[in-house]
Amino acid sequence: MTDPRQLAFAHRRSADQDRLQPAHHPVVIVGAGPVGLAAALGFAARGQASTVIDRKASLSDGNRAICWSKRTLEIMDRLGAAEALLDKGVTWRTGKVFLDDRLIYTFDLLPEAGHRMPAFVNLQQFLFEHYAIEAAKRTGLVDLRWQEDVTGIEPTTDGALLSITTPVGSYRILADWVIAADGARSTLRRLMGLGFEGRVFADQFLICDIHIKMDRPVERWFWFDPPFNRGRSALLHRQAGDVWRLDFQVGSEADRDAEVKPENVAKRVRAMLGEDIDFTFEWISLYRFQSRRLKRFRHGRVLFAGDAAHQMSPFGARGGNSGVQDADNLVWKLDLVLRDQAPERLLDSYDAERIPAADENLLNTTRSTDFIAPKSMASRILRDGVLALAASEPFARRLVNSGRLSVAATYDGSPLNTPDGFTAGDCPTTRPGAAALDAPLSDGWLLAALDRGFTSAWFCAEGISADALARMEAASARTTLPVKPLIVSDATACTRYGAASTPACFLFRPDGYIAARWRSIPPDAIAAALARATGR
Amino acid sequence: MPLMKQAHVDDPDGLYAAILEAHTDLSENESAALNARLVLLLANHIGSADVVREALTTARKSLGK
Repeated sequence: MTDPRQLAFAHRRSADQDRLQPAHHPVVIVGAGPVGLAAALGFAARGQASTVIDRKASLSDGNRAICWSKRTLEIMDRLGAAEALLDKGVTWRTGKVFLDDRLIYTFDLLPEAGHRMPAFVNLQQFLFEHYAIEAAKRTGLVDLRWQEDVTGIEPTTDGALLSITTPVGSYRILADWVIAADGARSTLRRLMGLGFEGRVFADQFLICDIHIKMDRPVERWFWFDPPFNRGRSALLHRQAGDVWRLDFQVGSEADRDAEVKPENVAKRVRAMLGEDIDFTFEWISLYRFQSRRLKRFRHGRVLFAGDAAHQMSPFGARGGNSGVQDADNLVWKLDLVLRDQAPERLLDSYDAERIPAADENLLNTTRSTDFIAPKSMASRILRDGVLALAASEPFARRLVNSGRLSVAATYDGSPLNTPDGFTAGDCPTTRPGAAALDAPLSDGWLLAALDRGFTSAWFCAEGISADALARMEAASARTTLPVKPLIVSDATACTRYGAASTPACFLFRPDGYIAARWRSIPPDAIAAALARATGR
Repeated sequence: MPLMKQAHVDDPDGLYAAILEAHTDLSENESAALNARLVLLLANHIGSADVVREALTTARKSLGK
């Protein structure tokens, strides 16, 4: 296979450039990174065309994000773009934490069977983008415009006027809706003068991706105070195609220019992996932890997603994965609004759901940062105490924090949730606001059986009765939008949904989130829950 | 259960001496490290974050914070 990084993205002059008046587009996505591409694929899966604008002339430089979570894979699978990620990426679920050279803690991110997707797949970001671009092209609904740069935005009451510069002049687009997925240094955020509030941490980290043949398990290995980086931390993680990520804490005083010199990085690599190794560099980058977000993600007809909306430390793989989840949350809502099937205020729930999710990610990554790079003497003493105790005392292992890895956020308190029909404490993992859990069915997988619209499912371990099916169909017939009725009697699925002994009815949203659940099939309640979940 | 603030050990002087005793051969840094580990062990033993938070508040108050 040719290295996709060699592919050049040619600029194609669009007909829009020859119009006297700005061309009109329903949806313009700024940024063709993982988030913008996930949004474009999401619209295409719902039959909506979108225009994607990016200044790049090739895939993103550097490997950047490498860990794609189960939730991201489930989303990409629904969008028909997971196969290449699973084929080309390396699958893992185990993390190991070392103190000096002793193993002190092992974690398993998917301890149960019966899920179609693995806990994580590691794949360089440019490959994720490459396969997403290929998938987007196959849909025929994504207009990718490379080497174009947004240089101005004038929000209006029913859209935004974008000024776009190309290698062959400039033009304007009148977009009904704009998705700003243009990354941590978002141009749209700057053009709109929006504050990006939070903190930047002093400690510096050196990422070094190398190509090397090594016979090591596909696991995330993290060291505190290793012999090769005394008093600091280090990480080793495999990527696709014999590429490995090394991440060294280098301290706040380290000289930036000296640290990134290949001969100096090579010394660190050899100290870690052996003096006699044979390797080549793929990418070297020095960074500081950032912890910032926009106050609101929705600004009228402009919606911010991914790093453009929130930026966090990479330990936990919460950047790329939360961005894909932003896109997935946004797309079905905007699709319904574009089709006049939901009021515009449904989009306010994007803020109501994804801001708390961003805050949860920021909280987790900030806590990991405090553990990995203590900022005060007290913080260091407490951290070192946890590490020392963890070697012998099981309780302390749970306190060791080398990054809490990304899982799907639960939208507790979302205005789209219907009050829980289960009694308090009953099967909390599938409460309203939680992401659907996968489970094997006799003819496939539960997540694959959910519709791209809403699905109402009757979980009944005793089997499928004609009566239940008739009642589900009758309930679905009363709703304003189509709801796909589904009956599930497989044991694992029923157990996961709290229906091992008593049946239950669930309403799933188009993004696979649980909108409502009951212990009966309530025809009017399903219609009411659907109205609520669509902002009516 | 709220934080127990009434004395409820049989031998308060012996308890005090035992805590002091553990620090006798330690430097200032080692004493701080010992205290941190003791806090972690006891907090896990208590098992209630609310009780530990109340203890932290009470301890800070005694520092005038």
